[in-house]
Amino acid sequence: MSRLKLFLPLFIFAALAALFWKGLSLDPRAMPSALLDKEFPAFELGVLKSPNTIHSRDDLLGKISVVNVWATWCIVCRVEHPYLLKLAEQGVNIVGVNYKDNPEEARAWLKELKDPYTYSLMDRDGRLGLDLGVFGAPESYLVDTKGVIRHKHVGMVDDKVWVRDFQPIIDEIKAAAL
Amino acid sequence: MIAELGHITLIIALALSVLLAVIPMWGSYSNNALWMSSSRSLATGMFVFVAISYGCLTINFMESDFTVAYVAATSNSILPWYYKLSAVWGGHEGSFLLWMLMLAGWTFTVACLSRSLPEIIVARVLAVLGFLSIGFLLFMLLTSNPFDRLLPDTPSEGRDLNPLLQDPAFIFHPPILYMGYVGLSVAFAFAVAALLSGRLDSAWARWSRPWATAAWAFLSLGIALGSWWAYYELGWGGWWFWDPVENAVFMPWLVATALIHSLAVTEKRGVFKSWTILLAIFSFSLSLLGTFLVRSGVITSVHAFATDPERGVFILAFLGLVVGGSLLLYAIKAPTIRATATFSWVSRELFLLLNNILLAVLMLTVLLGTLYPLIADAMGLGRISVGPPFFNLFFVPIILTLSLLLGLGAATQWKSTRGERFSNLLLIPAVVSVVMGIVVASLYGENFAWKGALCAALGAWVMSVTFTDWWKKAKAKRGSTIAQLFNMTPSFYSMALAHFGLGVAIIGGGLSSVYSVQKDVRMEPGETVSVAQYDFKFEGMLAVDGANYRADRGQIHVSKDGEFITILGPEKRHYLSGGNMMTEAAIDSNLARDLYVAMGEHLGEGAWGVRIYVKPFVMWIWLGVLFMGLGGFVAAADKRYRSKTKRSNAPQASAISAA
Repeated sequence: MSRLKLFLPLFIFAALAALFWKGLSLDPRAMPSALLDKEFPAFELGVLKSPNTIHSRDDLLGKISVVNVWATWCIVCRVEHPYLLKLAEQGVNIVGVNYKDNPEEARAWLKELKDPYTYSLMDRDGRLGLDLGVFGAPESYLVDTKGVIRHKHVGMVDDKVWVRDFQPIIDEIKAAAL
Repeated sequence: MIAELGHITLIIALALSVLLAVIPMWGSYSNNALWMSSSRSLATGMFVFVAISYGCLTINFMESDFTVAYVAATSNSILPWYYKLSAVWGGHEGSFLLWMLMLAGWTFTVACLSRSLPEIIVARVLAVLGFLSIGFLLFMLLTSNPFDRLLPDTPSEGRDLNPLLQDPAFIFHPPILYMGYVGLSVAFAFAVAALLSGRLDSAWARWSRPWATAAWAFLSLGIALGSWWAYYELGWGGWWFWDPVENAVFMPWLVATALIHSLAVTEKRGVFKSWTILLAIFSFSLSLLGTFLVRSGVITSVHAFATDPERGVFILAFLGLVVGGSLLLYAIKAPTIRATATFSWVSRELFLLLNNILLAVLMLTVLLGTLYPLIADAMGLGRISVGPPFFNLFFVPIILTLSLLLGLGAATQWKSTRGERFSNLLLIPAVVSVVMGIVVASLYGENFAWKGALCAALGAWVMSVTFTDWWKKAKAKRGSTIAQLFNMTPSFYSMALAHFGLGVAIIGGGLSSVYSVQKDVRMEPGETVSVAQYDFKFEGMLAVDGANYRADRGQIHVSKDGEFITILGPEKRHYLSGGNMMTEAAIDSNLARDLYVAMGEHLGEGAWGVRIYVKPFVMWIWLGVLFMGLGGFVAAADKRYRSKTKRSNAPQASAISAA
């Protein structure tokens, strides 16, 4: 009996190893297929700069938007931020989702680093994040004029990612609209 | 040519590691002294060839040979020479070669410093290390060869080292951290050799103790250095982020901490043997797990290297072989006979057991938090992220309980302890810590936070227990107490240093977390802002030319009550290659507080966004860990571990007599 007990660490490790094996085939950066080409989940949330203005999914309709999940506790978001500013300058419509964050700190952050977002939704309890399947910040979603998610990117968006993944889809949406 | 030489020496090292894993091990079973004694020369040979290979890669970097793919990806011709030197470990392949160099280095060190050990143990320990080297060398040669060429499309310029990594701390942080990370393999090898030999006695604990302690000390310093670097380089004042990769080094550190305490019990009292073996296996397993998490892409992190599923599969297979194999060996060979040495409920053994349990629980919560996103994903529960709130919820109370128990444990003796010892030894520390708590609480007056007062009290508790213990031990000896204070054993000094360091770090961590003041302001030249009684006057911007960047440097004149303190020069750097912008914070540190200023964006008309922190006692965190690390080195250097005399008989005998 006591001999069997000694096998316990081995069994626990075997379970962990199985988990890792599974983890290898799961790509944390991959989009859950369920959400790709589906409508952006419904939401009704206030925005950072005026908490009483409620925005909903309907506000995403009619234009191409990049929905960017960010938070002040996210190190990578800070690195990503200057690139978002550049995108905003080029006229990209970026909608922020301030994910599980303190609004005070978030407002201070936007004041300090400048604000690339058309508006930033306050997702304090992470409900929208849950619906989106947010893995961590930053994440960016490309939403087309009909409010359909066309692409998801986990991690920092930079020039390489933008040109490779986002730009072609945007061109495609624009071409289809013509 | 040099890259090919590096590649070939790596292959030779692989061949030598195969011989090292097989011949001495075979010799230890067939009792062939010649085969066993080959272990030392094979270990030396392996180290020499890995070192040559590492040298070759370094030359490639110094010469900016962009035909080598790895050099082209992580270096640049205008990089200063010292960053070229450290760019060698600026990416996945090179950092793995550094890892391998460390492993070969530790193996070589074991070969050199093990003259006093039985030949059969040396042969097996080195063979296990040789086996580990096979895995890592194969991994490198098959999936991540740093010497791959980019031919014929050779770029004319390299892509540059990530500007975040262009920092003096990057020269020291990875090598020291890897020394610790990889050093745990030695304790692991000793554990496996002990299991193979069925020799799980106090002598075994005594042999592996200095190695475990040295690795732990390196790991502590490496973590502290990384944390300090993140603090000043990322420009937003945090020093620990519970990022998966930080957790990946923190878990082995926790287990290694438990291990060095448990080894003490095994050596002195001959109990906890199986548990100690298990900890030795786990500490190295967790360092392998860290490698897997960082380099396979199963978890997203800021530290993650460019990933490749093929690498993940390889490391996982290797992890399975090493950890699975050693745990299987453990299940078969670990002693089932319960240790017969007894100890009472109030004894040093019991408190060290509590220490081990708390550290293990802490490690498990960190492990759970790190893996939870992966578990949830694999079970189809969706994707969930676990943030700092989860970790802090467990970490803070556990570490505070641990320090409370540390004080009680310091008052105990082996086997059993009489109650009055507690009051004798702990009365003064108890008073000191209560006073300290009240002082801190009143110092901050209206900003009272019980967490700050509690951390200060417990930090003071640990420190004062250490001093009282020192004083009482000296007093108990014959002769002048003052003279005796400096006549303790190295093992006492090392323990006292490390525990003192823990107290310092708790005060630093607690007070800086609770009482930091932060202000984000828009400042025009000439404007003054007060933060926590300090006046920060923005005097304007200077343009600065660095070696491979241009910067705007703010001039911030700091004073308190009209008295000049310093001028801080936080920078916004624009790196010439790659066009990256970096924030370089300026910090004025002393023991009581850090003044921390980072530049935000230019807001037009000469005004800038400026972020100012006043962080009390934050240096104490790293200072504390520095003390812990020093304590570790003092213990590892203790001459008693290397004496050739048959000292090992004594503890064995006592273990038997205790039985």
